[in-house]
Amino acid sequence: MIEFRDAIRDALAEEIERDPAVVFFGEDVAAAGGVFKVTPGLHERFGDERVFDTPISELALAGAAYGAAVTGLRPVIEIMFGDFMALPMDSLVNQAAKFWYISNEQGSVPLVVRSAVGGGGRFGAIHSQIHGTWFQGIPGLKIAAPSSPGEAKALLKGAIRDDNPVLFLEHKRLYSVKGPSDGPDVIPLGEAAVAREGSDLTIVAISKGVRDALAAAEELGLDAEVIDLRTLRPLDLDTVLESVARTNRLLCVEEGPRTGGWAAGVLGAVAEAGLHDLDDAWILATDETPIPYSPSLEDAFMPGAEAIAASVRSRLSAA
Amino acid sequence: MTSEIGTGPSVEAARAATPPSPPEPRWLDAYGRMLLIRHFENEMQRLFLKGEVHGTTHLAAGQEAVPVGVCLALQPDDYVAGTYRGHGHALAKGTDPAALAAEMLGRASGVCGGRAGSMNIVDLEHGLVGCYGIVGGSIGAATGAALSAKRQGRVAVAFFGDGAANQAYFHECLNFAVVHELPAVFVCENNFYGEFTPMQKVTGGRDIAARAAAYGMESSLVDGNDLWAVEEAAAAAVGRARGEHVPALLECQTYRHYGHSKSDPATYRPKEEVERWLARDPIKLTRERLLALGAPEGDVEAVERDAREAMDRAVEAALSAPYPEPGGATEFAP
Repeated sequence: MIEFRDAIRDALAEEIERDPAVVFFGEDVAAAGGVFKVTPGLHERFGDERVFDTPISELALAGAAYGAAVTGLRPVIEIMFGDFMALPMDSLVNQAAKFWYISNEQGSVPLVVRSAVGGGGRFGAIHSQIHGTWFQGIPGLKIAAPSSPGEAKALLKGAIRDDNPVLFLEHKRLYSVKGPSDGPDVIPLGEAAVAREGSDLTIVAISKGVRDALAAAEELGLDAEVIDLRTLRPLDLDTVLESVARTNRLLCVEEGPRTGGWAAGVLGAVAEAGLHDLDDAWILATDETPIPYSPSLEDAFMPGAEAIAASVRSRLSAA
Repeated sequence: MTSEIGTGPSVEAARAATPPSPPEPRWLDAYGRMLLIRHFENEMQRLFLKGEVHGTTHLAAGQEAVPVGVCLALQPDDYVAGTYRGHGHALAKGTDPAALAAEMLGRASGVCGGRAGSMNIVDLEHGLVGCYGIVGGSIGAATGAALSAKRQGRVAVAFFGDGAANQAYFHECLNFAVVHELPAVFVCENNFYGEFTPMQKVTGGRDIAARAAAYGMESSLVDGNDLWAVEEAAAAAVGRARGEHVPALLECQTYRHYGHSKSDPATYRPKEEVERWLARDPIKLTRERLLALGAPEGDVEAVERDAREAMDRAVEAALSAPYPEPGGATEFAP
């Protein structure tokens, strides 16, 4: 068994060890080992050239990662909280994501941006968001969000070996989760997984939402299938369609607002390609407000296991 | 305080400090490269008016001595990042004028296959990591290229304008380059106008070069219309960057002959200011200097003839190239 945070650290260590082009930098990631204690020991082991602390300059961080990636390095950077991704957007959206295409495929941009995301930690509105949906409409960017320790390690290794810019979303509520470490060594980006097989209902989720969906499925006593998307872009729609063809019901669970969210995109894509298989389809998302601070407010805001179970009960009884 | 446009004592001092140089062949080559940029910009303006160049253009005529002088101090495999006024950056670093012209015309033989256009040129073969349509973007790109360059024994140069000195990229990346000891040279082409606004009105302290000191970075104020002065300052900065991993800021004062972009007649610039700068046209100054240094007039004329012919060939090739076929693009690198 391995903790999620240690799985991330091990993936970084193994990739830095394996490939001299991999470098890792960010705010307080080296000497301090990261604010969520994900990366202790890497600096001591690999030295200043491979692992280093930077100024609190998110735009410089992303610009440096992009410029390094197009000239031979494979940078992994940490933008501490996903919310901070508003600052380096120009470099990621206008430079990194477009380079492969507008350069006429002269070169690619192998970089990874790790960030802690998600609510439930009482961090308030601007340390709790999941920025994946801010970026999912940008061609050329990949977006990955693992749900378990084993998956985190293999997916991060897949992200580092990918030749494209990848946003890697680590849910804060998963860092202390323990899980088996005997899965695949590397998971390529763009492949969803069936986290639980079932025939009555397909629940699609990412990241912590997968754990919540699995817990809800147990609680419901329902034969629910849970799909772990793993990546929001590119989206593995085939796995979802294959599941819906058997279950005929689709629930997308998104920790974030419904408007402009990934769940709406999945629902739309399933409607377009598999409408004939659908008896029902709906979304469980958050309120259209910023994420609140107070425990009573934030608990009510989050689409956790209980909320998923309640949503399924209510929807199925109404049907 | 920065000197009054183009006439202040620091500019004069920089000019006077330039040592005499024999006209080695590389200076004649540099003159030819400057002429190529001038011809290129004039041709793009002409072709834009004919409807062959699309969207918009940002022409660098008048600013040729800066990229050519800086690139004289670079090795072929050093990195540069340019701006949306970047035709000169590409041509100075070695981009084929025919491939660049074809890109402007949206043709398949363009340096980016017609996918990029004027503001977004990439030419990795010649070390041009990109040109950036958003003010300051080149600064981040060059800072990152300097991370690679540090391992590779190379140097990375960012070209940017006076407007970029007020962007977060400038402040974050100059600091980043100092604390990480990067072989980066930040070259501000101060043409005294950020789009339509005089830089003095929007630049606190009015002195871009002086900002480096706040980050513990060395800087030079350079007459950007003097090819020799630019080369001298760049060679010193590049040498320290490569050898000691000490980054530097060069503020090269220059002037654009055209407006900001294709639709801008630049009426906001005082007539006497424009005349003063046109009298200091870097093409003219370079020609006079070459002759004063003893370059045979026949050699100078041969360079001029070659540049004209090279540009004519480039435009001819671009105009006869096919447009790219839609389709076949992949979102991701394999």
